Amino acid sequence: MSCEQVSLAPGVFWIGALDPQLRVFDVILKTANGTSYNAYCVRGETGVAVIDTVKAEFADTFFERLEQVARYDEITVIVLNHLEPDHTGALPELMRRAPKARLYISVKAQTMLKALLKSEDLSYVPVDTGDSVDLGGRTLAFLNTPFLHWPDTQCTYLKEDALLFSGDVFGCHFCDSRLFNDRVGDFRFSFEYYYQHIMRPFREHVRHGLDLIEPLELKLIAPAHGPILRDGPRAYVQRYRQLAAPLLHNEAADRAKTLLIFYISSYGNTARMALAVRDGAEEIDGVRASLYDLQGGEVTPFVDLIEEGDGIVFGSPTINGDAVKPIWDLLSSLAVVNIKDKLGAAFGSYGWTGEAVQMLEDRLRGLKLRVPVAGVRVKLIPTDEELDRCRLFGRQLAEHLTGRATRRVIDMSELLKEPSHAQG
Amino acid sequence: MPKANVTFEDIGVTVTVPAGTRLIEISEKVGAGITYGCREGECATCMMKIVSGMENMSERSVLEDKVLQENMAGRSHRLACQAQVLGGDVVVRPG
Repeated sequence: MSCEQVSLAPGVFWIGALDPQLRVFDVILKTANGTSYNAYCVRGETGVAVIDTVKAEFADTFFERLEQVARYDEITVIVLNHLEPDHTGALPELMRRAPKARLYISVKAQTMLKALLKSEDLSYVPVDTGDSVDLGGRTLAFLNTPFLHWPDTQCTYLKEDALLFSGDVFGCHFCDSRLFNDRVGDFRFSFEYYYQHIMRPFREHVRHGLDLIEPLELKLIAPAHGPILRDGPRAYVQRYRQLAAPLLHNEAADRAKTLLIFYISSYGNTARMALAVRDGAEEIDGVRASLYDLQGGEVTPFVDLIEEGDGIVFGSPTINGDAVKPIWDLLSSLAVVNIKDKLGAAFGSYGWTGEAVQMLEDRLRGLKLRVPVAGVRVKLIPTDEELDRCRLFGRQLAEHLTGRATRRVIDMSELLKEPSHAQG
Repeated sequence: MPKANVTFEDIGVTVTVPAGTRLIEISEKVGAGITYGCREGECATCMMKIVSGMENMSERSVLEDKVLQENMAGRSHRLACQAQVLGGDVVVRPG
């Protein structure tokens, strides 16, 4: 079946592929509407650029579309906005067919390119914000937008036409052969869903990327998945700005660090410890400590809370040698938010073996949180003395949050003795 | 055994360690904010800044040097999973 040319502007073509049957993308994303792998071709007076390719199994369609709008010996530039295999599946064959083309990738993409093509001996041009390539009367300018959503991601701006080839930014998994946002079915939920699952963990990077994109004149945004945004492209940029903002205004943000204490308790012992941890933390100025019983909540709102929090503490009993399921459920749901470098800690009462605290601390470290204060474990009912330890624990956590922790000197042998870390 | 002192600025802890210890072994145990990824000197997740005492650190290996260059690291940066403390005082922070 031959396909029709799809033009975005004079000499600018969509050369991508449609994948309407796809239902699960990259393990983590569902899609009721399949997806598209958008690639583009830009013709200048002296050169032709191909921007991104498609997933390998759709290479034939890609080459068929490309051949309709350019000869291989005309192609001088290949731009990769993102090296994930759904955009680079046809790259090796394209490089073979278009040997005159130079490859333009972000600085961070270099190691990935070598891994992708399994070769150290590659010719390419690493580019950064401010760099550009001339196609003769047309200029492709590069915007370095790392972590949207991989370290290598960049956007490419066709200056003279005010078109932004945005990679995965402003994209979504929504396959509709009508292609343009003013013609396809209602894809707004896909746009939001894609942001929440792909971009949300990189909220800070989204803001930096928007700082580069917002000043540009934008006649059209051409993302790597989903509809091409030619009707009101600026609205999608504005929506990203809203999505990258905190969910709710934090009325205490200017004056206090947030310490979130999540607990679950079989007989009220871990709950009493949680109260004491909160009370201890509240003794330190500049900390807003909050308590949440995990038995009374659902995961999603707690994930939202954690995204905004500065420190998170988990209190769990030990049942059959493990922390309890509601805590693991919450901890396994944090991949959609950025929690790196937050303060983490654990505590809990136990009746028999008491492994939960250390298991939680290990998990928190695995999630790349700082865990500078060793957790408190109490056998069964906490005594007044043990509750004092909990209060001290809360104070120490609050001191770390506010940068007032006492400086300590310890020996490595203490760290090795203590299974988790030295007492803080 | 020769010793070295490593101070983690972000959590205000100084650890006395045997010479030759890799920074990642200490930062992980003490709960500092230097995080790790592959632990094999490839992903640069554990890149950190040596605030002072670079002269007390092991030389960059060919691998570490390559990865640091590819990540546009400055001269004061090292990979915590590769860099060893050889003696004296070293102050580090995430970054």
